[in-house]
Amino acid sequence: MSDESHNYLNASEGIWSWLSTTDHKRIGIMYAIACGLFFLLGGILATFVRTELGAPGETILGQDEYNQLFTLHGVVMVFLVIIPAIPGILGNFVLPLQIGAKDVAFPRLNLASWYLFMAGAIMAVCGWLFVGKVDTGWTFYTPYSSGASNAVLWLTSAVFIAGFASIFTGLNFIVTVHKMRAPGMTWNRLPLFTWAIYATGIVQVLATPVIGITMVLLFLEKLLQIGIFDPALGGDPVLFQHFFWFYSHPAVYIMILPAMGIISDLMGTFSRQHVSGYTFIALSSVAIAFLGFLVWGHHMFVAGQSALSSIIFSMLTFLIGIPTGIKVFNWVATMYRGSVWLRTPMIYALMFLFLFTIGGLTGIMVGVLAVDVHLHDTYFVVAHFHYVMMGGALIGLIGGLHYWWPKMTGRMYNETAGIIAASLVFIGFNLTFFTQFFLGTKGMPRRYHDYSEFLEIYPEFAALNMASTIGSYILGVGLVMILIYALYSLFRGPKATANPWGACTLEWTHTGPIPDEHNFHDTPLVTRGPYDFHHADDVFGPKNEHKQ
Amino acid sequence: MNSADTTLKHYFVSHGQQFDAAKLGMWLFLVTEVLLFSGMFVAYAVYRSWHPDVFLHASELLDWRLGALNTVVLLASSFTVALSIHFVQKGENEKVVVLLIMTLACATLFMLVKWIEYSGKFSHGVFPGAGYDPMGIIDGKDYSKYNIPFAPQFFSIYFVMTGIHGVHVLIGMGLFGWLTTRVARGHFSPQYYTPIELTGLYWHLVDIIWIFLFPLLYLI
Repeated sequence: MSDESHNYLNASEGIWSWLSTTDHKRIGIMYAIACGLFFLLGGILATFVRTELGAPGETILGQDEYNQLFTLHGVVMVFLVIIPAIPGILGNFVLPLQIGAKDVAFPRLNLASWYLFMAGAIMAVCGWLFVGKVDTGWTFYTPYSSGASNAVLWLTSAVFIAGFASIFTGLNFIVTVHKMRAPGMTWNRLPLFTWAIYATGIVQVLATPVIGITMVLLFLEKLLQIGIFDPALGGDPVLFQHFFWFYSHPAVYIMILPAMGIISDLMGTFSRQHVSGYTFIALSSVAIAFLGFLVWGHHMFVAGQSALSSIIFSMLTFLIGIPTGIKVFNWVATMYRGSVWLRTPMIYALMFLFLFTIGGLTGIMVGVLAVDVHLHDTYFVVAHFHYVMMGGALIGLIGGLHYWWPKMTGRMYNETAGIIAASLVFIGFNLTFFTQFFLGTKGMPRRYHDYSEFLEIYPEFAALNMASTIGSYILGVGLVMILIYALYSLFRGPKATANPWGACTLEWTHTGPIPDEHNFHDTPLVTRGPYDFHHADDVFGPKNEHKQ
Repeated sequence: MNSADTTLKHYFVSHGQQFDAAKLGMWLFLVTEVLLFSGMFVAYAVYRSWHPDVFLHASELLDWRLGALNTVVLLASSFTVALSIHFVQKGENEKVVVLLIMTLACATLFMLVKWIEYSGKFSHGVFPGAGYDPMGIIDGKDYSKYNIPFAPQFFSIYFVMTGIHGVHVLIGMGLFGWLTTRVARGHFSPQYYTPIELTGLYWHLVDIIWIFLFPLLYLI
């Protein structure tokens, strides 16, 4: 069959054919490799940080190294992994296929985005290796950053450049969804993953320029002492925090919205059921994208903003719970009376439901003014955002990678290994971070390399930190296991069929086991919704025979 | 394959779809530009509301006549670029070349005036940031009287905003130079003139931003 012998992977050969490709699928794979490496780096740094905290006193890191390592961990994980990963890898690979397009609207811009992203990443790492270590935390708060070493210049430039990669990716997807849909692919037939990437694109386009200009101003603050942010020069550090969080809070939705899209697709496919409340899930993504711009002040309850603004920001923060709750209840409702098929991707979807709900609800807790005054800058906040970013965004990404792996590589992975690794990740993750909720409520501050002073009052800090560190090792083993069986599958895995999960969306029903260079031989004519499993004959019957 | 087909990318169905996609993309890019500048406008608004007297006082050092000249120059260039789009739609490419060169000339004039302003400021110690140390007497104004707290913030904001705006003008100049050679080589026709249309949109945005910068920095 011509589909199998000729595909996007073997359409042209050699490393240059990849580095100069404008094929959205290949660019997706290049993001996968890059983000995978950065995730490995960020994970190793996290392991150092957790190991230092495993026992009281100074163990493997001094306080300066500790500060430098958690800073780099944060910068790498936020800017080089979680923000670019899902749009970059899965958005690129899947979105044009899901809407029946031959490519994104601007393929060369898409490649340029990857190069910008890599340039930013290389600047960050080179600045770190050759210029100096930054210890400001990933937030670059002034006056820490305006007083830090010149390596800050490299990191802010890196964030600026990588930010433009993010802007162009979002812009590309918005235009693609607006202008490149196949005939019959109406807005209410868009798969929910595409809806989520679309909403993410809006946030990327509207929020990222603000971090761009913030980084430029910080750069100039450091270079020329322009006195906008640095209090020593008459500048205002709270203004920096406003600017920073005007981007970085919406950026949380750049991270989580695509993962929510993945979960919606997984819930539909593995429950064999039309996704409950399709319209509500789709529009709640847009609602979250919109509301996300109105809540940045909740990061600054104790930073000196006025009481009135704090109250308003707190109330607006609660509103985010509504569209998020709509999603969670609809996912649960999708499984109800469905035919749930517990394969690895679905296990990650269920894991997401559990972990993200904890992350989301603790987010409401720290959004309460009175509570936040106590929990601010404690491990409670650390636990909360790891439940959202790792338990939400990254678990969604891992689930999505398992789901689309056969389409990307044409091979299956070992299901048993997948389930074992998922269990390790789940146990390790909860052990690592659930303990930190207890630490935080007891008042253990974040960003301390040593907690031995607290042990007189709270002797349980030692045991809880030890448990958290052991959990992080279990989590690490689970993640390494995924890497190993993925690599094994790449070379030795059994060949996948065109639609191993029996999914309904176009990337499964209208392409071969591995899509060919231009995605579809003929532009698909869409006559049904993305989760119309009740039209099974139509989806898998005659059309499927015709394909084989 | 005729020349019309080479301008249609394989992943688009029609010229109309390709043009609409490019235009939507450009509009989105302009949105990001507005947000990029919005950060600086917010910084301006915050510092102005805190130190209105200082800002009023410090803005006297800027020459409103040069600012007004640049406003007229940029408005004229927006007019010529709009005309160039009109004529490329009618297929009169000779006029397009002339109009694009006129646009380029206006942009160059703008940068020259900017250079005169900047070098005048620098020669009297008006630098952004820590280097701010005004001195000398020009037009009866004693510059050393402007060495007051938060005047450096005004000039930091002035240099950063006009500087980043100037970078946009330079990029526009590069684009107009590139477009002129492409028109001269006959790349555009009434069927395909997307790059001129998009550069025109970009240029109007650069113009609009200046229209806000001029009164905020020079006049009030």
